[in-house]
Amino acid sequence: MLCDVCRERDATVTLTHAVKGEVNVLHLCQRCAADRGIETSITTPLKNMIADYLPAVQASQAVTAQLDSMRCAFCSMSLADFRESGRLGCASCYTTFDQSLRALLRRVHGNAKHAGRQYDAPPPDLLHEVTALGELRERLRRAIAQEEFEQAAQLRDQIRGME
Amino acid sequence: MFDLSLLPDGGLGWLDASGDQADVVLSTRVRLARNVEGYAFTGRSREGERLRILAQVRDAAAGVPSLSGGVLLRVDELDSDDRRLLHERHVISRELAGLEASSGARGGAAVYVGDGVGVMVNEEDHLRLQSVRSGFALEPAFAAISRLDEELGRRVPYSFHKEFGFLTACPTNTGTGMRASVLIHLPGLVLTKEIPKVLVGLQQMGLTYRGLYGEGSEVLGSFFQISNQTTLGRSEEELVDHLSNVVRHVIQREQEARRVLWRDAGYIIEDKLWRAYGTLRFARSLTFEDAMSLLSGVRLAAGLQLIQGLSVYTLNKLLIFSQPAHLAWSEGHELTDAEADVARARFIRQALIDEMGPIQ
Repeated sequence: MLCDVCRERDATVTLTHAVKGEVNVLHLCQRCAADRGIETSITTPLKNMIADYLPAVQASQAVTAQLDSMRCAFCSMSLADFRESGRLGCASCYTTFDQSLRALLRRVHGNAKHAGRQYDAPPPDLLHEVTALGELRERLRRAIAQEEFEQAAQLRDQIRGME
Repeated sequence: MFDLSLLPDGGLGWLDASGDQADVVLSTRVRLARNVEGYAFTGRSREGERLRILAQVRDAAAGVPSLSGGVLLRVDELDSDDRRLLHERHVISRELAGLEASSGARGGAAVYVGDGVGVMVNEEDHLRLQSVRSGFALEPAFAAISRLDEELGRRVPYSFHKEFGFLTACPTNTGTGMRASVLIHLPGLVLTKEIPKVLVGLQQMGLTYRGLYGEGSEVLGSFFQISNQTTLGRSEEELVDHLSNVVRHVIQREQEARRVLWRDAGYIIEDKLWRAYGTLRFARSLTFEDAMSLLSGVRLAAGLQLIQGLSVYTLNKLLIFSQPAHLAWSEGHELTDAEADVARARFIRQALIDEMGPIQ
């Protein structure tokens, strides 16, 4: 993943901060992180600075590690898996990784808000009917194959009734 | 090999050159990526889940008017020659055909082939709805796929998110899930070396281009597939309108380039194109790349009215039938590369003789 600020270097630090209840996540490279006062290198010569920044470093690394190890409850995909394959595991991943994806979608599309066709999934009872109809058709196929014509006729009437 | 005549139009209705601007635009395609709610996306699904999705779609498809008269092909049950054949016809994608995977097509991979529309099942997304038309026909292709999408979406629950739209495996398709593309022949812009400018312009306008076979394929014979790059933040209609306007402009520039070529270098062009024709008419061995490039020249010659009596339909068919799997299919057995080159030259020669007579 590229740094959200310079978009040149790989992001190695994830900065999460909350403003008025809204959580923002920034993925930064070491240099841009340093620009924002986040020290990410422990080779800093100034010992007192280490003392000041070390907790912050550990915190931000912990956030990255935490995000990386977070898994989607439905398909058990992690962000690390996603980085490798470039493909999400399931619809729930969009909720699990909401913050990271929002930033990515904005980068890819210049926008993260759908402006196209709206969709309401069909009511479950209709789906049951579709599935039931499918099962009846399958049974009809089998009945014909086994030359059980009486049963086939019954099934055919039942299907016609539902259609 | 399975019987291709089972497919409505042999899956090749889009080749017939009946559409608008058919000498420049071969075909127009619109596809929608959809996933079925309740299952992991294909890449993370088990075979059992994919088979359940296929069963669910099969049941639903019986009540979808757009697919009536269509055929369901179990891609996972076809041998690799047949899968390649369908891919060469643009009926299925490389991914669904499993041409790159050593294990072949994944279990549950299937395709509905209807009249001008189709549905790939268990592609990168559970469903890839597609609509194809001859020539430049974005509006009719979009209307057909919208109808199919609405009919199928009433019977199969799609994964949809209020904010992100239709959810897809790859975030580059999220939102509308729509990729509208136009397969266009731009030899004038290539010969006048205007093409890099045009391609850069496309990218600045949120469009992208690919070769004849979509993602990752190289540009051969000056054939480009121009499509929308982004799928989120604009409505389907806006995306289609935008592509339509830009393509119309590209067609104009191509026509201008052809006029300039003809005006400033008429005899050079005439010589070049007749040489292409002569090679196709008399060569005894042709690689696919050679054939594409020469057919591109002859297509331009036909467009400039230089060669008369050669239909765009025939040229379209030659593009499809001179591919390796099609040659093996028409010869009735597998071919080595060298044998395919010989068969290709013979096939094209015969088609030109049939259409133009033995003298020219």
